[in-house]
Amino acid sequence: MKANSSSARAWVLRTFCVVVLLFLVAPILAIVPLSFNAEPFFTYPMPGLSLQWYRELMESAVWQLALRNSLIVATFATLLASVLGTLAALGLSRNDCPWRAVIMAVLISPMIIPVVVSAVGIYYCFARVGLLNTLTGIVFAHTALGAPFVVITVLATLSSFDHNLMRAAASLGASPMRAFFRVMLPVIAPGVASGALFAFITSFDEVVVVLFIAGSEQRTLPRQMWSGVRESISPTITAVATLLIVASVLLLVSVQWLQGRAARASARSGASG
Amino acid sequence: MKPVPSHGSALGATTVDDHVALRRQLLRLQRRGRWKAIGLIAPLMVFLALVFVVPIVLLLARAVDNHEVPAVLPQTSIAMKDWNGDAPPTHVLADALIVDLRTSPREAVAEVAKRLNYYQSGLRSMVLKTAREVNNESASNLSGLERLKEIDERWLEPATWSVIQRALPPTTDFYLLASLDLRRDAQGAIVAATGDSAIYRDVIVRTFVISAAVTLLCLLLGYPLAYWIAIAAPRTARLLLLMVLLPFWTSLLVRTTAWVVVLQSGGVVNSLLGWLGLIDPAHPLELIHNRIGVLIAMTHILLPFMALPIYSVMKSIPPNYMRAAASLGASPLRAFLRVYLPLSLPGISAGCLLVFILALGYYITPALVGGPRDQMLSYFIAYFASQVTNWGMAAALSATLLVLVLLLYAVYHRMVGIDKLRMG
Repeated sequence: MKANSSSARAWVLRTFCVVVLLFLVAPILAIVPLSFNAEPFFTYPMPGLSLQWYRELMESAVWQLALRNSLIVATFATLLASVLGTLAALGLSRNDCPWRAVIMAVLISPMIIPVVVSAVGIYYCFARVGLLNTLTGIVFAHTALGAPFVVITVLATLSSFDHNLMRAAASLGASPMRAFFRVMLPVIAPGVASGALFAFITSFDEVVVVLFIAGSEQRTLPRQMWSGVRESISPTITAVATLLIVASVLLLVSVQWLQGRAARASARSGASG
Repeated sequence: MKPVPSHGSALGATTVDDHVALRRQLLRLQRRGRWKAIGLIAPLMVFLALVFVVPIVLLLARAVDNHEVPAVLPQTSIAMKDWNGDAPPTHVLADALIVDLRTSPREAVAEVAKRLNYYQSGLRSMVLKTAREVNNESASNLSGLERLKEIDERWLEPATWSVIQRALPPTTDFYLLASLDLRRDAQGAIVAATGDSAIYRDVIVRTFVISAAVTLLCLLLGYPLAYWIAIAAPRTARLLLLMVLLPFWTSLLVRTTAWVVVLQSGGVVNSLLGWLGLIDPAHPLELIHNRIGVLIAMTHILLPFMALPIYSVMKSIPPNYMRAAASLGASPLRAFLRVYLPLSLPGISAGCLLVFILALGYYITPALVGGPRDQMLSYFIAYFASQVTNWGMAAALSATLLVLVLLLYAVYHRMVGIDKLRMG
């Protein structure tokens, strides 16, 4: 009797959770087959299969430009955010770092402040210094939004880094620079890489700032999707969405892999210390 | 143990000297270390200050800024000092205004006319018309006040001039009050705005209601899910986590697009329900461009932010505790309520605060899947900044939203710790 009721409870829990997981995953997966639909409808069953929406995508100058802009902006924003963010995390991880709480609050603020407020402020100021309607302006804004992710992930990796390794390198005659590049960087690399991935995703997915500060020549992929969803959705968008879903699955897998590596690396460096 | 007396003093002196020197060296090293830390942090700090902090501060300053009006009406500003608000307008005042309207560039006058209109509607066209007329007229023998009267009778009313008087100081609380549906009456007392102008309190309440509803929905869906993942076998748990993380990593625009495609009247959900015979296909459910669409899409987007913190807390709860409670005779429900729930509370508060804070600032999702009555504070900030270019209002509403979010973050920091803020 007792076993029955507990298994019934487990069954209810499991069913409920499966429904919740369906809610999470189904809408994303539902859009994938629709991108291969022969007809421009969004219902199942589909009358036939076709690659026409992908062909349209390949032939569309607007989407090509949007993809190119997105890649350029995300790449440079990621590079800038990774370098600045890693340096800042190195400084913050030092025991003699002063005013740590205040500095941390400022560095993380782009994550906390609602993006509309940031976007309107950036729009207001960039207009004055001629950064509106430029890719440089978007790169700067996205660097600011992405850097906190790098700071946080690198800081987390550094917290388990064994600083005796650096002392050992110094005692063996390595200059601080050499010790950093040869000893510390390889150990914290997975943390830096996953921070960089976060920064990349942040930039690649960002639309609010772009809405304000980009002209039609600087349209990014999300910006192009935004106007697509606002007007009537064409099946071409489902093709874009499908490609982006594939990309996010790849990213998700690589971040999982990086985090696993980071955890193993810090466990190793912890064990040696 | 005692030092040899003859060497005592000398030895003691050197230790003290050594001590001082060592201390000095240590301090110097500490100072150098501190500078090293600052030097590493400085590049990002300077960068963020320039492209992020300063812009937001300058924007917020616009909420109280009013320098344009006194800059365009300098003579009127001076003449106003000798005028008390109730007396009929003087010739000095009228002449000063005419000089100002003549000498200022047209766009600047238009900007001031727009501002005066915020205080009293109708003033915009009146000021623009007056500016046009005084610029066209060649020399006439009418006095300044008579000319103004000819252009518009309202220039003889003290009330018109007291509006200008109130608009002249270099700072104003007009926008901040307006963002809370307040305004100053003719006597300068703060009163509640009425009628059409009173919309922001509704917007703030709506922003809170939508955010709270989304938080509650996320908790109801996320808590059991987190529990299941926490007690599942490692292999299953990893798979389940991936299913939670997939939407988390999928582009926001892709997810929003997906919901628009799935929920629209000819979309997947409606055709499925029609096929099952649950609804009449001729009358599909309206699931999008209304509150239902906003709640569904926002819950979907924010659910991982709820499930993941709860899961990480639950994983640290030893399963023995529940077994111990059961062995002591507690029913499963009682054991859950008295043991598990309190232990998982930190995860619940972290998840709820995070989801609530993120929901408060949402713009994209309500704008794409909501109707006109589902727009939140962010929408109005964007509207004032990009559509009607009213920086004062955009800044005041930004300040309101920012204060709300920062207050909640202070709570989050107290309860959870900001450094626990991790994504994925």
